[in-house]
Amino acid sequence: MSSSNGGSGTVPVLEVTNLVKHFSVSGAKGLRKTRATVHAVSDVSFKVEASQTVGLVGESGSGKTTVGRSVLRLAEPTSGSVKFKGQEIVGMGRRELRGMRREMQIVFQDPQASLDPRLTVGSAIAEPLRIQRVPGKHSDRVAELLELVGLAPDHARRFPHEFSGGQRQRIGIARALALNPSLVVLDEPVSALDVSIQGAVVNLLDDLQDRLGLSYLFIAHDLSVVRHISDVMAVMYLGKLMEIGPSETIYTRPSHPYTQALLSAVPEPDPMTERTRQRILLQGDVPSPINPPSGCRFRTRCPIAKDLCAMEEPALIDRGDGHPVACHFPTKNLVEMVSAAR
Amino acid sequence: MTASLLSLRDVTVSFETPNGVVQAVRGVDLDVAPGEMVGVVGESGSGKSVTFLGILGLLPNSARISGSATVEGTELIGATNKVMRSVRGKKIAMIFQDPLSSLNPVYRIGDQVAEMILAHQEMSGAAASDRAVELLDIVGIPQPKVRARQYPHEFSGGMRQRVMIAMAIANDPDVLIADEPTTALDVTVQAQILEVIQRIQQQMNKAVVMITHDLGVIARVADRVQVMYAGRVVERASVNDLFATPTHPYTAGLLNSLPRVGQQRLLPIPGRPPNMLQPPAGCAFRARCPQVAPICAAKLPELVAHGTAMTACVRHNEIDLSIVEGVPA
Repeated sequence: MSSSNGGSGTVPVLEVTNLVKHFSVSGAKGLRKTRATVHAVSDVSFKVEASQTVGLVGESGSGKTTVGRSVLRLAEPTSGSVKFKGQEIVGMGRRELRGMRREMQIVFQDPQASLDPRLTVGSAIAEPLRIQRVPGKHSDRVAELLELVGLAPDHARRFPHEFSGGQRQRIGIARALALNPSLVVLDEPVSALDVSIQGAVVNLLDDLQDRLGLSYLFIAHDLSVVRHISDVMAVMYLGKLMEIGPSETIYTRPSHPYTQALLSAVPEPDPMTERTRQRILLQGDVPSPINPPSGCRFRTRCPIAKDLCAMEEPALIDRGDGHPVACHFPTKNLVEMVSAAR
Repeated sequence: MTASLLSLRDVTVSFETPNGVVQAVRGVDLDVAPGEMVGVVGESGSGKSVTFLGILGLLPNSARISGSATVEGTELIGATNKVMRSVRGKKIAMIFQDPLSSLNPVYRIGDQVAEMILAHQEMSGAAASDRAVELLDIVGIPQPKVRARQYPHEFSGGMRQRVMIAMAIANDPDVLIADEPTTALDVTVQAQILEVIQRIQQQMNKAVVMITHDLGVIARVADRVQVMYAGRVVERASVNDLFATPTHPYTAGLLNSLPRVGQQRLLPIPGRPPNMLQPPAGCAFRARCPQVAPICAAKLPELVAHGTAMTACVRHNEIDLSIVEGVPA
């Protein structure tokens, strides 16, 4: 694992080891109440080095958002370890955790929902400063933060509804940066924005990283944005890491059948490519995380699954591709294999 | 072009609000021929969905609609309820973005599809149920007989969208309007749904209007494209021309905002769309346009020919629109 992150001798900003998160849900069978366990995240390990961006991609139900929330302990991990700059935060007391949270912040997907409509932008941005009892004049810091994210200091007196979606996301970013964090979890930060606006927010995130040396955990389902912003990319499916490595490697030489199917499903904005390329069309839907398949979780939709895949779960290890892959039969040529079989 | 099945002329839609009149759609033309898939692309608020909800009479009472929209010669705008009922579902049907809110949670899937059939066709309930199972099979739902007896909550998002498609084709309409049919779905499921829509369009020779904000979806399935901005069509072109040689600065800006491999900085369009309570005089895009000149404020640009495309840029002959080099990421 460490090889994939280009790990050096220094302590990573974030080190997640064997993270597991189960949710207990109640259902009903007839009139009887039933309990079931959702296996949202199963045994996920990765690192985020200083000033690095790790992209976490996957479809709905892959557990990517739960990983992000577990890292900040907004969701309590069932087991495993989350170390922030070498310090274990799983099991940490409330008071200590509050101190830690100064350094780790989150930007949510929907800036409309994550900003209180009755708070001025200034008090929303100053809220973390108040909670952490930061001394000094908060209004000066708010003005500074607004300028940092490309808004004007006098915007502090206005309310969220006076801003566009892109501007609101800038406000969300300013609030996340108020306490000078070193790690920011970005949970689908541009997914709710129009294409013509997305780029400006992505550029801002790039600039802020350069200026402030931030580390990002970038959670998204839009693969092209993740490719642009991430140094390392981790692909999740049904609570498990399927493949992790340098972004360009994952894009240009993916070895997991799921990664290849995912990349092949994304429509490219180029009609010539779209009409000529061979595509892997996955059948069916993602299975329920309440009853994940035995062995490899992807096997029920995998076009090259064999008996072994149902019996034994593939470990996430380097299988000669230079980056860890959780597949018994990694290949670079799934597209060719699938189209030849047709 | 063969005779068009669906034809829109100068369609306008406005909404009365406490703050004034929102001019959501400001004169849209469109022609769709049998067996053709026309993409309508634009960002939020561009009027792409409202245009079609408007012509089908699916907007709230605060909406005012004018212009002309004909399906196989039947005028929809200002039509009586009786006429609308005979057209909707039978000649033109719509596939919505969110299948969960379009399905009734307390009725079985098969019954809901059958209800759609019985609304327009004289047949027995049993025959309609059999036809419903057939339709579920056509849209690729495995074990259609079993699935027909299940309820919407037992279906995944992709399967629900297939049900919506089955309902849309239940009365064999000639025109299908697909309004962001894959936006709520994961990419691997999106690929399946696009394939179903394409297969139905080709096998049954339907005319399809694909409304989307996703240029990738347009590139995959559309034959021709209309780009909308601030309630107007700003460009109309074949899909290949649109992506290779856009003629309107907005289209070029949209294409350039997509990330490319190895690109250091993304190139978003500066600014934001105008407030449709008071749309600017002249070209609505001029405040964000890198090619803007004084003439752009003079009057509302009409679509004019530029090569094989139509463009609503008054400076289309003077400007040089370059598209960033590189493979899309």
